[in-house]
Amino acid sequence: MVAYLCQDREELLLEWLQMVEVDGGLWIGATAAEQEATAGKIYDICVECLDTLSYKDAEEFAQQVARRAVRGTITSERMLSGMLALRDVYWHCLLRHYFEEPKRLDEVLKLLESVMNRVLVILAMAFSIERERVINAQQGSIKELSTPVLRLRNGLLLLPIIGMIDSDRARQVTEQMLNAIRDFRARVVVMDITGVAAVDSKVANHLIQTVDAARLLGTTVVITGVSPNIAQTIVTIGVDLSRIETVGDLQGGLDLADRLLGYRVIIEEKAATQAAPMTVA
Amino acid sequence: MPVPILAQPPYLIASVQSALTDADLIRLQNDLFAEAQKRRSHGVIVDVTALDVIDSFSTRTLRSLAAMLRLRGVETVIAGIQPGVAMAMVELGLNMQDVKTATDLEAGLAYLRSRPHGAVGRGQ
Amino acid sequence: MDSETRVQINDEADILEARQAARAIAGDLGFDLASQTLIATAISELARNILKYARSGEILLRRTARNGARGITIVAADKGPGIADTELAMTDGFSTGRGLGLGLPGTRRLMDDFDLVSEVGRGTTVTATRWTRRS
Repeated sequence: MVAYLCQDREELLLEWLQMVEVDGGLWIGATAAEQEATAGKIYDICVECLDTLSYKDAEEFAQQVARRAVRGTITSERMLSGMLALRDVYWHCLLRHYFEEPKRLDEVLKLLESVMNRVLVILAMAFSIERERVINAQQGSIKELSTPVLRLRNGLLLLPIIGMIDSDRARQVTEQMLNAIRDFRARVVVMDITGVAAVDSKVANHLIQTVDAARLLGTTVVITGVSPNIAQTIVTIGVDLSRIETVGDLQGGLDLADRLLGYRVIIEEKAATQAAPMTVA
Repeated sequence: MPVPILAQPPYLIASVQSALTDADLIRLQNDLFAEAQKRRSHGVIVDVTALDVIDSFSTRTLRSLAAMLRLRGVETVIAGIQPGVAMAMVELGLNMQDVKTATDLEAGLAYLRSRPHGAVGRGQ
Repeated sequence: MDSETRVQINDEADILEARQAARAIAGDLGFDLASQTLIATAISELARNILKYARSGEILLRRTARNGARGITIVAADKGPGIADTELAMTDGFSTGRGLGLGLPGTRRLMDDFDLVSEVGRGTTVTATRWTRRS
Protein backbone atom coordinates (compact mmCIF):
# COMPACT_ATOMS: atom_id res chain seq x y z
CA MET A 1 0.00 0.00 0.00
CA VAL A 2 2.74 2.37 1.00
CA ALA A 3 4.45 1.67 -2.29
CA TYR A 4 1.44 2.83 -4.26
CA LEU A 5 1.12 5.99 -2.20
CA CYS A 6 4.78 6.79 -2.81
CA GLN A 7 4.66 5.98 -6.46
CA ASP A 8 1.60 8.14 -7.07
CA ARG A 9 2.79 10.99 -4.84
CA GLU A 10 3.00 13.71 -7.49
CA GLU A 11 -0.42 13.00 -8.83
CA LEU A 12 -2.10 12.62 -5.45
CA LEU A 13 -0.52 15.76 -4.04
CA LEU A 14 -1.87 17.72 -6.93
CA GLU A 15 -5.29 16.18 -6.48
CA TRP A 16 -5.26 17.07 -2.78
CA LEU A 17 -4.13 20.62 -3.30
CA GLN A 18 -6.84 21.12 -5.84
CA MET A 19 -9.43 19.81 -3.41
CA VAL A 20 -8.43 22.17 -0.62
CA GLU A 21 -8.00 25.01 -3.09
CA VAL A 22 -11.76 25.05 -3.40
CA ASP A 23 -11.98 25.87 0.30
CA GLY A 24 -9.33 28.53 0.08
CA GLY A 25 -6.29 26.38 0.69
CA LEU A 26 -4.80 24.91 3.88
CA TRP A 27 -3.12 28.08 4.84
CA ILE A 28 -4.42 31.54 4.12
CA GLY A 29 -1.74 33.95 3.08
CA ALA A 30 0.81 31.31 2.26
CA THR A 31 2.31 31.41 -1.19
CA ALA A 32 1.66 28.56 -3.57
CA ALA A 33 5.18 27.34 -2.97
CA GLU A 34 4.69 27.33 0.82
CA GLN A 35 1.41 25.50 0.51
CA GLU A 36 2.97 22.90 -1.71
CA ALA A 37 5.90 22.43 0.60
CA THR A 38 3.71 22.05 3.67
CA ALA A 39 1.30 19.78 1.83
CA GLY A 40 4.21 17.64 0.74
CA LYS A 41 5.50 17.42 4.28
CA ILE A 42 2.10 16.38 5.61
CA TYR A 43 1.70 13.83 2.84
CA ASP A 44 5.06 12.26 3.62
CA ILE A 45 4.44 12.15 7.34
CA CYS A 46 1.10 10.42 6.82
CA VAL A 47 2.68 7.87 4.54
CA GLU A 48 5.36 7.27 7.13
CA CYS A 49 2.74 6.71 9.80
CA LEU A 50 1.03 4.20 7.55
CA ASP A 51 4.33 2.52 6.92
CA THR A 52 5.87 2.39 10.38
CA LEU A 53 2.85 2.87 12.64
CA SER A 54 5.02 5.26 14.60
CA TYR A 55 3.50 8.66 15.25
CA LYS A 56 6.49 10.48 16.69
CA ASP A 57 7.08 12.59 13.59
CA ALA A 58 3.39 13.33 13.30
CA GLU A 59 3.29 14.53 16.90
CA GLU A 60 6.29 16.78 16.47
CA PHE A 61 5.00 18.23 13.24
CA ALA A 62 1.54 18.75 14.73
CA GLN A 63 3.09 20.78 17.54
CA GLN A 64 4.99 22.96 15.11
CA VAL A 65 1.93 23.58 12.96
CA ALA A 66 -0.24 24.30 15.99
CA ARG A 67 2.22 26.84 17.34
CA ARG A 68 2.33 28.73 14.09
CA ALA A 69 -1.34 28.33 13.42
CA VAL A 70 -2.87 29.46 16.68
CA ARG A 71 -1.26 32.83 16.30
CA GLY A 72 -1.99 33.15 12.65
CA THR A 73 -4.47 32.33 10.02
CA ILE A 74 -4.91 28.60 10.11
CA THR A 75 -7.87 27.41 12.02
CA SER A 76 -8.05 23.89 13.25
CA GLU A 77 -11.24 23.42 11.26
CA ARG A 78 -9.49 24.28 8.04
CA MET A 79 -6.56 22.03 8.83
CA LEU A 80 -8.74 19.14 9.89
CA SER A 81 -10.99 19.33 6.86
CA GLY A 82 -7.84 19.46 4.79
CA MET A 83 -6.71 16.24 6.46
CA LEU A 84 -10.03 14.60 5.77
CA ALA A 85 -9.61 15.56 2.13
CA LEU A 86 -6.20 13.91 2.13
CA ARG A 87 -7.72 10.79 3.55
CA ASP A 88 -10.22 10.77 0.73
CA VAL A 89 -7.45 11.19 -1.80
CA TYR A 90 -5.60 8.19 -0.35
CA TRP A 91 -8.83 6.25 -0.26
CA HIS A 92 -9.55 6.74 -3.93
CA CYS A 93 -6.00 5.88 -4.84
CA LEU A 94 -6.17 2.62 -2.94
CA LEU A 95 -9.57 1.82 -4.41
CA ARG A 96 -8.09 2.18 -7.87
CA HIS A 97 -5.15 -0.09 -7.16
CA TYR A 98 -6.88 -2.81 -5.17
CA PHE A 99 -10.31 -3.04 -6.72
CA GLU A 100 -9.57 -6.49 -8.08
CA GLU A 101 -8.65 -7.83 -4.62
CA PRO A 102 -11.62 -7.13 -2.33
CA LYS A 103 -10.13 -8.88 0.68
CA ARG A 104 -6.87 -7.00 0.44
CA LEU A 105 -8.75 -3.76 -0.23
CA ASP A 106 -10.76 -4.25 2.93
CA GLU A 107 -7.59 -4.73 5.02
CA VAL A 108 -5.88 -1.78 3.48
CA LEU A 109 -8.81 0.59 3.92
CA LYS A 110 -9.21 -0.43 7.56
CA LEU A 111 -5.58 0.35 8.20
CA LEU A 112 -5.87 3.67 6.39
CA GLU A 113 -8.92 4.56 8.43
CA SER A 114 -7.32 3.81 11.77
CA VAL A 115 -4.03 5.54 11.01
CA MET A 116 -5.59 8.68 9.55
CA ASN A 117 -8.00 8.91 12.46
CA ARG A 118 -5.08 8.77 14.83
CA VAL A 119 -3.26 11.50 12.91
CA LEU A 120 -6.39 13.66 13.00
CA VAL A 121 -6.63 13.24 16.75
CA ILE A 122 -2.96 14.13 17.16
CA LEU A 123 -3.47 17.28 15.16
CA ALA A 124 -6.64 18.27 17.01
CA MET A 125 -4.96 17.71 20.38
CA ALA A 126 -1.95 19.77 19.37
CA PHE A 127 -4.19 22.69 18.42
CA SER A 128 -6.12 22.40 21.63
CA ILE A 129 -3.01 22.31 23.80
CA GLU A 130 -1.48 25.27 22.03
CA ARG A 131 -4.65 27.33 22.32
CA GLU A 132 -4.74 26.65 26.02
CA ARG A 133 -1.15 27.63 26.40
CA VAL A 134 -1.80 30.97 24.71
CA ILE A 135 -4.85 31.61 26.87
CA ASN A 136 -2.91 30.82 30.02
CA ALA A 137 -0.17 33.19 29.02
CA GLN A 138 -2.71 35.95 28.43
CA GLN A 139 -4.41 35.28 31.72
CA GLY A 140 -1.04 35.46 33.38
CA SER A 141 -0.59 38.96 32.01
CA ILE A 142 -3.99 40.00 33.29
CA LYS A 143 -3.26 38.61 36.72
CA GLU A 144 0.04 40.45 36.85
CA LEU A 145 -1.64 43.74 36.13
CA SER A 146 -3.93 43.25 39.08
CA THR A 147 -1.08 42.95 41.57
CA PRO A 148 1.19 45.95 41.12
CA VAL A 149 4.66 45.87 42.61
CA LEU A 150 5.81 49.39 43.41
CA ARG A 151 9.39 50.41 43.61
CA LEU A 152 9.55 53.01 46.37
CA ARG A 153 13.25 53.62 46.46
CA ASN A 154 16.46 51.78 45.97
CA GLY A 155 16.12 48.34 47.43
CA LEU A 156 12.54 48.78 48.68
CA LEU A 157 9.45 47.35 47.10
CA LEU A 158 5.86 47.84 48.14
CA LEU A 159 3.36 45.14 47.35
CA PRO A 160 -0.20 46.17 48.21
CA ILE A 161 -2.57 43.25 48.12
CA ILE A 162 -6.23 44.00 47.75
CA GLY A 163 -9.21 41.75 47.70
CA MET A 164 -9.56 38.04 47.84
CA ILE A 165 -6.60 35.80 47.67
CA ASP A 166 -6.94 32.17 46.87
CA SER A 167 -4.15 29.66 46.51
CA ASP A 168 -3.70 30.40 42.83
CA ARG A 169 -3.41 34.13 43.34
CA ALA A 170 -1.11 33.65 46.31
CA ARG A 171 1.21 31.61 44.17
CA GLN A 172 1.12 34.20 41.43
CA VAL A 173 1.83 36.98 43.93
CA THR A 174 4.82 35.04 45.25
CA GLU A 175 6.20 34.56 41.77
CA GLN A 176 5.71 38.21 40.89
CA MET A 177 7.33 39.37 44.11
CA LEU A 178 10.34 37.12 43.67
CA ASN A 179 10.81 38.23 40.07
CA ALA A 180 10.61 41.86 41.16
CA ILE A 181 13.14 41.22 43.94
CA ARG A 182 15.49 39.77 41.39
CA ASP A 183 14.89 42.50 38.81
CA PHE A 184 15.26 45.41 41.23
CA ARG A 185 17.65 43.82 43.70
CA ALA A 186 15.28 44.65 46.54
CA ARG A 187 16.49 44.06 50.07
CA VAL A 188 13.17 44.76 51.74
CA VAL A 189 9.64 44.17 50.54
CA VAL A 190 6.70 45.65 52.38
CA MET A 191 3.70 43.47 51.70
CA ASP A 192 0.58 45.32 52.78
CA ILE A 193 -2.47 43.20 53.38
CA THR A 194 -4.70 45.90 54.89
CA GLY A 195 -7.05 45.30 52.01
CA VAL A 196 -7.40 41.61 52.77
CA ALA A 197 -10.13 40.74 55.23
CA ALA A 198 -9.46 37.13 55.91
CA VAL A 199 -7.53 34.19 54.64
CA ASP A 200 -7.91 30.46 55.10
CA SER A 201 -5.08 28.45 56.58
CA LYS A 202 -3.93 27.36 53.13
CA VAL A 203 -3.42 30.93 51.97
CA ALA A 204 -1.89 31.94 55.31
CA ASN A 205 0.60 29.18 54.70
CA HIS A 206 1.31 30.56 51.24
CA LEU A 207 2.02 33.98 52.75
CA ILE A 208 4.54 32.46 55.14
CA GLN A 209 6.10 30.56 52.27
CA THR A 210 6.39 33.82 50.37
CA VAL A 211 8.38 35.28 53.26
CA ASP A 212 10.61 32.20 53.33
CA ALA A 213 11.19 32.23 49.61
CA ALA A 214 12.11 35.93 49.65
CA ARG A 215 14.59 35.17 52.41
CA LEU A 216 16.32 32.71 50.10
CA LEU A 217 16.85 35.63 47.75
CA GLY A 218 18.36 37.62 50.59
CA THR A 219 15.32 39.81 51.14
CA THR A 220 13.31 40.63 54.25
CA VAL A 221 9.56 40.81 53.88
CA VAL A 222 7.68 43.07 56.25
CA ILE A 223 3.98 42.28 56.38
CA THR A 224 1.79 45.22 57.31
CA GLY A 225 -1.92 45.60 57.86
CA VAL A 226 -2.44 42.22 59.46
CA SER A 227 -5.99 42.12 60.77
CA PRO A 228 -6.65 40.35 64.10
CA ASN A 229 -8.51 37.74 62.06
CA ILE A 230 -5.53 36.94 59.91
CA ALA A 231 -3.15 37.08 62.85
CA GLN A 232 -5.29 34.43 64.49
CA THR A 233 -5.20 32.24 61.39
CA ILE A 234 -1.42 32.50 61.21
CA VAL A 235 -1.05 31.54 64.85
CA THR A 236 -3.49 28.69 64.39
CA ILE A 237 -1.48 27.09 61.63
CA GLY A 238 1.38 26.95 64.06
CA VAL A 239 3.68 29.60 62.68
CA ASP A 240 5.99 31.21 65.16
CA LEU A 241 5.18 34.91 64.74
CA SER A 242 8.74 35.85 65.60
CA ARG A 243 9.74 34.26 62.32
CA ILE A 244 8.04 36.96 60.33
CA GLU A 245 8.15 40.71 60.59
CA THR A 246 4.71 42.14 61.00
CA VAL A 247 3.83 45.72 61.73
CA GLY A 248 0.40 47.18 62.45
CA ASP A 249 0.11 49.77 59.77
CA LEU A 250 1.70 50.62 56.47
CA GLN A 251 3.55 53.71 57.67
CA GLY A 252 5.05 51.72 60.52
CA GLY A 253 6.08 49.10 58.02
CA LEU A 254 7.77 51.62 55.78
CA ASP A 255 9.64 53.07 58.76
CA LEU A 256 10.86 49.64 59.70
CA ALA A 257 11.88 49.05 56.11
CA ASP A 258 13.92 52.24 56.15
CA ARG A 259 15.71 51.12 59.29
CA LEU A 260 16.36 47.70 57.81
CA LEU A 261 17.81 49.36 54.77
CA GLY A 262 20.07 51.45 56.92
CA TYR A 263 18.34 54.77 56.60
CA ARG A 264 17.97 56.94 59.63
CA VAL A 265 14.85 59.02 59.88
CA ILE A 266 15.36 62.48 61.42
CA ILE A 267 12.41 64.48 62.56
CA GLU A 268 13.14 68.13 62.96
CA GLU A 269 11.02 69.91 65.51
CA LYS A 270 10.04 73.38 64.45
CA ALA A 271 7.51 75.59 66.21
CA ALA A 272 4.62 73.67 67.68
CA THR A 273 2.21 75.27 65.22
CA GLN A 274 4.16 74.05 62.21
CA ALA A 275 4.12 70.56 60.86
CA ALA A 276 7.28 68.60 61.57
CA PRO A 277 9.18 68.05 58.39
CA MET A 278 10.94 64.75 58.01
CA THR A 279 14.21 64.24 56.32
CA VAL A 280 15.62 60.92 55.49
CA ALA A 281 19.34 60.51 55.94
CA MET B 1 33.75 19.34 36.89
CA PRO B 2 35.69 21.84 39.00
CA VAL B 3 33.90 25.00 39.99
CA PRO B 4 35.72 28.08 38.67
CA ILE B 5 36.88 30.40 41.44
CA LEU B 6 37.47 34.06 40.68
CA ALA B 7 39.37 36.38 42.91
CA GLN B 8 37.82 39.77 43.52
CA PRO B 9 40.09 40.88 46.34
CA PRO B 10 39.51 40.68 49.20
CA TYR B 11 36.77 38.23 48.26
CA LEU B 12 36.42 35.04 46.27
CA ILE B 13 33.63 34.18 43.88
CA ALA B 14 32.74 30.59 43.05
CA SER B 15 30.31 30.21 40.13
CA VAL B 16 28.43 26.94 40.34
CA GLN B 17 27.36 25.81 36.90
CA SER B 18 25.68 22.50 37.58
CA ALA B 19 24.49 20.42 40.50
CA LEU B 20 27.38 19.58 42.80
CA THR B 21 28.25 15.95 43.32
CA ASP B 22 29.90 14.78 46.53
CA ALA B 23 33.24 14.83 44.78
CA ASP B 24 32.63 18.33 43.39
CA LEU B 25 31.82 19.59 46.85
CA ILE B 26 34.95 18.27 48.47
CA ARG B 27 36.97 19.72 45.62
CA LEU B 28 35.25 23.09 46.01
CA GLN B 29 35.77 23.15 49.77
CA ASN B 30 39.46 22.38 49.36
CA ASP B 31 39.91 24.88 46.56
CA LEU B 32 38.14 27.63 48.48
CA PHE B 33 40.15 26.96 51.67
CA ALA B 34 43.38 27.04 49.79
CA GLU B 35 42.54 30.21 47.90
CA ALA B 36 41.07 31.97 50.91
CA GLN B 37 44.15 31.22 52.92
CA LYS B 38 46.55 32.18 50.16
CA ARG B 39 44.81 35.47 49.49
CA ARG B 40 43.60 36.10 53.04
CA SER B 41 40.09 36.53 51.71
CA HIS B 42 37.47 38.13 53.89
CA GLY B 43 34.53 36.43 52.30
CA VAL B 44 33.32 34.01 49.67
CA ILE B 45 30.37 34.32 47.35
CA VAL B 46 28.93 31.12 45.94
CA ASP B 47 26.98 32.17 42.87
CA VAL B 48 24.19 29.68 42.17
CA THR B 49 22.40 31.69 39.48
CA ALA B 50 22.92 28.85 37.01
CA LEU B 51 21.33 26.16 39.16
CA ASP B 52 17.85 25.32 37.90
CA VAL B 53 17.18 22.93 40.76
CA ILE B 54 18.35 22.99 44.36
CA ASP B 55 17.27 19.88 46.22
CA SER B 56 17.83 18.77 49.82
CA PHE B 57 21.24 17.32 48.98
CA SER B 58 22.49 20.52 47.33
CA THR B 59 21.15 22.57 50.22
CA ARG B 60 22.98 20.41 52.71
CA THR B 61 26.22 20.62 50.78
CA LEU B 62 26.03 24.40 50.46
CA ARG B 63 25.30 24.81 54.14
CA SER B 64 28.13 22.52 55.15
CA LEU B 65 30.47 24.42 52.85
CA ALA B 66 29.53 27.66 54.60
CA ALA B 67 29.97 26.02 58.01
CA MET B 68 33.43 24.77 57.14
CA LEU B 69 34.52 28.17 55.88
CA ARG B 70 33.08 29.84 58.96
CA LEU B 71 35.37 27.71 61.10
CA ARG B 72 38.20 29.43 59.29
CA GLY B 73 36.73 32.83 59.88
CA VAL B 74 35.55 33.30 56.32
CA GLU B 75 31.97 34.33 55.66
CA THR B 76 30.02 32.72 52.83
CA VAL B 77 27.19 34.29 50.89
CA ILE B 78 24.95 32.17 48.68
CA ALA B 79 23.90 34.45 45.85
CA GLY B 80 21.48 34.14 42.99
CA ILE B 81 18.91 31.54 44.01
CA GLN B 82 16.31 31.87 41.23
CA PRO B 83 12.63 32.64 42.01
CA GLY B 84 11.31 29.29 40.74
CA VAL B 85 14.03 27.44 42.59
CA ALA B 86 13.30 29.33 45.81
CA MET B 87 9.64 28.42 45.54
CA ALA B 88 10.45 24.76 45.07
CA MET B 89 12.85 24.81 48.02
CA VAL B 90 10.27 26.35 50.28
CA GLU B 91 7.66 23.83 49.20
CA LEU B 92 10.13 21.07 49.97
CA GLY B 93 10.79 22.62 53.36
CA LEU B 94 14.39 23.63 52.72
CA ASN B 95 16.05 26.78 53.97
CA MET B 96 19.49 28.33 54.25
CA GLN B 97 19.38 29.26 57.92
CA ASP B 98 22.84 30.12 59.28
CA VAL B 99 23.92 31.19 55.82
CA LYS B 100 23.57 34.65 54.34
CA THR B 101 21.80 34.75 51.01
CA ALA B 102 21.79 37.53 48.43
CA THR B 103 19.71 38.28 45.35
CA ASP B 104 22.69 38.19 43.02
CA LEU B 105 26.43 38.57 42.82
CA GLU B 106 26.36 42.36 43.09
CA ALA B 107 24.14 42.25 46.15
CA GLY B 108 26.46 39.64 47.65
CA LEU B 109 29.47 41.86 47.15
CA ALA B 110 27.62 44.86 48.57
CA TYR B 111 26.82 42.82 51.66
CA LEU B 112 30.39 41.64 52.20
CA ARG B 113 31.68 45.18 51.80
CA SER B 114 29.29 46.34 54.48
CA ARG B 115 30.60 43.83 56.97
CA PRO B 116 33.30 44.83 59.42
CA HIS B 117 36.29 42.67 58.55
CA GLY B 118 36.61 39.71 60.85
CA ALA B 119 32.97 39.61 61.82
CA VAL B 120 31.50 36.45 60.37
CA GLY B 121 27.74 36.75 60.39
CA ARG B 122 25.24 34.02 61.06
CA GLY B 123 22.82 34.65 58.24
CA GLN B 124 19.51 36.31 59.06
CA MET C 1 -1.74 9.08 23.97
CA ASP C 2 0.67 7.54 26.43
CA SER C 3 4.33 7.93 25.87
CA GLU C 4 6.93 6.87 28.38
CA THR C 5 10.49 7.87 28.97
CA ARG C 6 12.75 5.72 31.09
CA VAL C 7 15.98 6.91 32.65
CA GLN C 8 18.24 4.43 34.38
CA ILE C 9 19.69 5.91 37.54
CA ASN C 10 23.21 4.67 38.17
CA ASP C 11 25.12 7.84 38.86
CA GLU C 12 24.72 11.56 39.39
CA ALA C 13 24.83 12.34 35.68
CA ASP C 14 21.65 10.28 35.31
CA ILE C 15 19.89 12.55 37.78
CA LEU C 16 20.57 15.48 35.49
CA GLU C 17 19.27 13.51 32.53
CA ALA C 18 16.08 12.58 34.35
CA ARG C 19 15.49 16.19 35.37
CA GLN C 20 16.00 17.47 31.86
CA ALA C 21 13.74 14.83 30.36
CA ALA C 22 11.06 15.74 32.90
CA ARG C 23 11.36 19.44 32.14
CA ALA C 24 10.98 18.78 28.43
CA ILE C 25 7.89 16.65 28.91
CA ALA C 26 6.39 19.07 31.43
CA GLY C 27 6.99 21.99 29.10
CA ASP C 28 5.31 20.08 26.31
CA LEU C 29 2.29 19.35 28.47
CA GLY C 30 1.86 23.04 29.15
CA PHE C 31 3.28 23.35 32.67
CA ASP C 32 4.64 26.82 33.36
CA LEU C 33 8.31 27.35 34.25
CA ALA C 34 7.72 27.45 37.98
CA SER C 35 5.86 24.13 37.87
CA GLN C 36 8.58 22.63 35.70
CA THR C 37 11.08 23.52 38.41
CA LEU C 38 8.90 21.92 41.07
CA ILE C 39 8.71 18.73 39.02
CA ALA C 40 12.44 18.72 38.30
CA THR C 41 13.12 19.21 42.01
CA ALA C 42 10.88 16.28 42.92
CA ILE C 43 12.77 14.12 40.42
CA SER C 44 16.06 15.23 41.93
CA GLU C 45 14.96 14.20 45.41
CA LEU C 46 13.60 10.82 44.28
CA ALA C 47 16.61 10.04 42.12
CA ARG C 48 19.02 10.90 44.92
CA ASN C 49 17.17 8.59 47.25
CA ILE C 50 17.60 5.82 44.72
CA LEU C 51 21.33 6.45 44.50
CA LYS C 52 21.79 6.84 48.22
CA TYR C 53 19.87 3.80 49.42
CA ALA C 54 19.69 1.42 46.48
CA ARG C 55 22.72 2.35 44.37
CA SER C 56 20.68 2.00 41.18
CA GLY C 57 17.14 2.16 39.94
CA GLU C 58 14.96 3.72 37.33
CA ILE C 59 12.86 6.81 36.80
CA LEU C 60 9.91 6.46 34.47
CA LEU C 61 8.15 9.54 33.12
CA ARG C 62 4.69 9.17 31.72
CA ARG C 63 2.26 11.64 30.15
CA THR C 64 -1.20 11.15 31.54
CA ALA C 65 -4.65 12.67 31.39
CA ARG C 66 -7.76 12.73 33.54
CA ASN C 67 -11.01 14.63 33.22
CA GLY C 68 -9.59 16.97 30.64
CA ALA C 69 -6.49 17.84 32.66
CA ARG C 70 -3.06 16.76 31.54
CA GLY C 71 -0.39 15.52 33.88
CA ILE C 72 3.02 14.01 34.26
CA THR C 73 3.52 10.86 36.28
CA ILE C 74 6.87 10.00 37.82
CA VAL C 75 7.59 6.45 38.84
CA ALA C 76 10.82 6.12 40.79
CA ALA C 77 11.64 2.47 41.35
CA ASP C 78 14.53 0.58 42.84
CA LYS C 79 15.34 -2.90 44.12
CA GLY C 80 17.09 -1.59 47.18
CA PRO C 81 16.75 -2.38 50.88
CA GLY C 82 13.21 -1.01 51.09
CA ILE C 83 11.61 1.00 53.86
CA ALA C 84 10.35 -0.87 56.90
CA ASP C 85 7.90 1.73 58.13
CA THR C 86 6.45 3.66 55.20
CA GLU C 87 4.15 5.65 57.42
CA LEU C 88 7.09 6.89 59.42
CA ALA C 89 8.92 7.70 56.20
CA MET C 90 6.09 9.99 55.20
CA THR C 91 6.23 11.87 58.50
CA ASP C 92 8.37 14.97 58.56
CA GLY C 93 11.58 14.44 60.49
CA PHE C 94 12.28 10.85 59.58
CA SER C 95 15.69 9.95 58.22
CA THR C 96 17.81 6.84 58.16
CA GLY C 97 20.70 8.34 56.31
CA ARG C 98 22.56 11.60 56.81
CA GLY C 99 20.21 14.24 55.70
CA LEU C 100 17.66 16.84 56.52
CA GLY C 101 15.10 14.15 56.98
CA LEU C 102 12.75 15.93 54.61
CA GLY C 103 12.91 13.77 51.51
CA LEU C 104 9.58 12.06 50.99
CA PRO C 105 7.12 14.29 52.83
CA GLY C 106 8.60 17.29 51.05
CA THR C 107 8.44 15.60 47.69
CA ARG C 108 4.82 14.76 48.29
CA ARG C 109 4.09 18.47 48.75
CA LEU C 110 5.57 19.18 45.34
CA MET C 111 3.24 16.74 43.62
CA ASP C 112 -0.54 16.30 43.57
CA ASP C 113 -0.93 12.54 43.75
CA PHE C 114 1.62 10.52 45.68
CA ASP C 115 1.98 6.85 46.44
CA LEU C 116 4.74 4.99 48.25
CA VAL C 117 5.10 1.24 48.07
CA SER C 118 8.02 -0.46 49.71
CA GLU C 119 9.02 -3.87 50.98
CA VAL C 120 12.09 -4.63 53.03
CA GLY C 121 14.56 -6.59 50.95
CA ARG C 122 12.55 -6.14 47.73
CA GLY C 123 12.70 -2.45 46.94
CA THR C 124 10.80 0.81 46.79
CA THR C 125 8.51 2.41 44.25
CA VAL C 126 7.28 5.98 44.44
CA THR C 127 4.54 7.02 42.04
CA ALA C 128 3.69 10.70 41.88
CA THR C 129 1.64 12.82 39.49
CA ARG C 130 1.29 16.53 38.97
CA TRP C 131 -1.61 17.99 36.97
CA THR C 132 -1.72 21.08 34.81
CA ARG C 133 -5.09 22.26 36.03
CA ARG C 134 -5.28 22.10 39.77
CA SER C 135 -7.94 22.98 42.30
